[in-house]
Amino acid sequence: MSAIGPLAGLIAGRDAAPDGYVRLDVEPEVWTELAQGCAAGSHDLSALWVDDDRVCMALGGEGLRAIVSLRTEAGAYPSVAAHHAPAMRLERAMRDLHGVRPVGLPDTRPWLDHGRWPGRESAARYKFLTAEGEGLHQIAVGPVHAGIIEPGHFRFTANGETVVRLEERLGYVHKGVEGLLAGADVARGAAIVGRISGDSTVAYAWAFARAVEAALGWAVPPRAVLLRGIMAELERLSHHINDVGGICNDASVLTINARCTLQREDVLAVANACFGHRLMMDRIVPGGVTVDLSADGIGRIRGLLSRLEETRAEILRVYDSMPSLQDRTVTTGIVSPDLVRQYAAGGFVGRAAGRAFDTRKNFPYAPYDQLPFDIKTRTTSDVDARLLVRMDEIAESLKIVGLMLDWLALGDIRSCGPAAVASEGAALVEAFRGDVFRSVRIAASGTLARVHVRDASWFQWPLLEAAVEGNIVADFPLCNKSFNCSYSGHDL
Amino acid sequence: MTGNLVVQFLAQGAQMFFVLLIAPLAVGVVRRVKARLMRRQGAPLLQGYRDLAKLLRKESVVAENASWLFRSAPSLIFALTWVAAALIPTFASGLMYNWAADVVALVALLGAARALLALAGMDVGTSFGGIGSSREMMIATLAEPAMMLIVLTLAIAAGTTRLAGVADFFIAEPLAVRVSMALSLLALVIVALAENARIPVDNPVTHLELTMVHEAMVLEYSGRHLALIEAAGMLKLVLYLSLLICLFAPFGMAPATAGVDGWALGLLAWTVKLLGGAALLGVWEVSIAKMRVFRLPDFVGIAFVFAFLAILLAFLSRGAIE
Repeated sequence: MSAIGPLAGLIAGRDAAPDGYVRLDVEPEVWTELAQGCAAGSHDLSALWVDDDRVCMALGGEGLRAIVSLRTEAGAYPSVAAHHAPAMRLERAMRDLHGVRPVGLPDTRPWLDHGRWPGRESAARYKFLTAEGEGLHQIAVGPVHAGIIEPGHFRFTANGETVVRLEERLGYVHKGVEGLLAGADVARGAAIVGRISGDSTVAYAWAFARAVEAALGWAVPPRAVLLRGIMAELERLSHHINDVGGICNDASVLTINARCTLQREDVLAVANACFGHRLMMDRIVPGGVTVDLSADGIGRIRGLLSRLEETRAEILRVYDSMPSLQDRTVTTGIVSPDLVRQYAAGGFVGRAAGRAFDTRKNFPYAPYDQLPFDIKTRTTSDVDARLLVRMDEIAESLKIVGLMLDWLALGDIRSCGPAAVASEGAALVEAFRGDVFRSVRIAASGTLARVHVRDASWFQWPLLEAAVEGNIVADFPLCNKSFNCSYSGHDL
Repeated sequence: MTGNLVVQFLAQGAQMFFVLLIAPLAVGVVRRVKARLMRRQGAPLLQGYRDLAKLLRKESVVAENASWLFRSAPSLIFALTWVAAALIPTFASGLMYNWAADVVALVALLGAARALLALAGMDVGTSFGGIGSSREMMIATLAEPAMMLIVLTLAIAAGTTRLAGVADFFIAEPLAVRVSMALSLLALVIVALAENARIPVDNPVTHLELTMVHEAMVLEYSGRHLALIEAAGMLKLVLYLSLLICLFAPFGMAPATAGVDGWALGLLAWTVKLLGGAALLGVWEVSIAKMRVFRLPDFVGIAFVFAFLAILLAFLSRGAIE
């Protein structure tokens, strides 16, 4: 293979669609070659999904993006996971949801299908991977937990207190989102997408809106673009501050958590006052946003920014001055940077391992293409690094929200949509967890023919298994919180 | 003389019920202080009583494969802890059964309660119970020897293993800073934190099954069983606070010859010191992170080292005097 990699060679000379993706149909040989390219590290696997009788693969490399599709032969196609492990769960889910047959898929256990769906019940037991050795014992945790959190099952194999293997079992909150979206009109689609994962509703809705806008050639007023940016950063701020508190809480430092909880509440209250909804759900729709920000609201957000800056500085000071807390976070839950690169994990998981990827920077979209901000990375890849990356991002977000408020000029916040045509669009948006991918195919009638939703967690959950290995059982909650992967966004 | 005996008996009985009565309040104070320091309103001080009353009224759900041990352990643990807590001189040193308040007996009672709890934790066969029991025993193997050394240090100083005698000795002796006493105090505080499942050893309010120690063992208990276990936990807190007070801050305690007036004063002093100790615990708990499980041996090991140094110094200083 040439030095520029198989992807660059393939798409050389082709024009990208308005959404930045080069689309092309490929033959099975090229498909497999691209899968091997993912494994070799020449490009990243971004998403993999089934669309009618085709399988599609979104790939990303240095400044280039492509969606390649392959026609399946009666549902069969060459497995990507056979060459590139990160595709494993994606393909297992594709088998469950669409009945395709990835030929050569190494792990053929179901993933989202727990044998409970009407019409296809199965009593077959799920076989967890084995770990054998003297003195090993299993600990089953979940799916119902002692705290109020989402459901997921964790199967630990431990030797005393040391974790030998962790295996996750997800899919408990599967709700058939992609089925609901098929055939829905665009407005309903936006409402459904905004409800897939409530904690990332802004990012999800934005990604969906951008995909639809790219497909239809729908222009968005500049004021709406900035408002979207402000909402997305407020969402990021509220979750980062909450996660920092949550990590400290899991190390039993209740004071930092109390402070963070108060600060998060402050963000949500301001969001409610400015945009009419604490989580800003349904505020971003294709074509713009549904609520405008008043002058009073701008003042509120500016006040919030200064309070957040104060809290951030104070928490950082307390964190730095607590050796007993750092003793818990430093060197806990290390994921090897090689694995992070292989899985192309985004968000704080990637950036804490030195992977300088942020959609806002690498594939910039308005308004981030104009905004000056830095991507801070760390290299230790432990709980401490993931916490500090969040703290760094809070600082950057505060800076750019202030800039966006400065730039906010009067104008429309929503534009009318162009006439519907059969079209396709895709978008990558940086949610607080990392990059979320949306692909939308619109039918000639204007309804959604196929929407694919890929959360950042698909490539972070498997890394959690790796991070916990070799740690002690009691440190799992800390590692888990530092990843804070989505259940609902993953189970679809 | 008979009248005196009756009064003595009543006083001893009163002490027994005082420790039980005040236990939920002490825990309430710890929780309230913690909540306030985190800028939360916090539950009312009397919440502990309500919780116990609620649990006592509720049905007890027992796993199908639970043995007699699982059912009887809560009552036994409660009884053992209560007896242990009632033995410690609280407001007066000259009570009727003070001769039984032997520190070695105290350690034995607590050890028996702990062994029962660890067995009950493993009885139903859930993985969390097993984890909790194994961690509890790991902590116990370190905390118990330290505890023995501490009490022996004090016994050497006072010339008796009777707690009342030790308290009398410290009341009578002019306050002098002794290195061995200071080391014992530090060691006993660490042991008390470990034994009561407080931060940094364990987190009493956690919902994370995987990090629990004490809570993991009692996860399967409900209803009146849980009420007894919870009450035993509260009593244990009072026990250790009383022990610290009795040994290191016994001033105000009524001497053996005091009458009812002296007892009332002693009771007041003890209550104030106990609740003050509970408040201090609350402050301590919000200012530190929980330790990694494998760091616990270091922490509790410090208690052992301090206790060992204390007893060594106590021996040496005794030799010097003689």
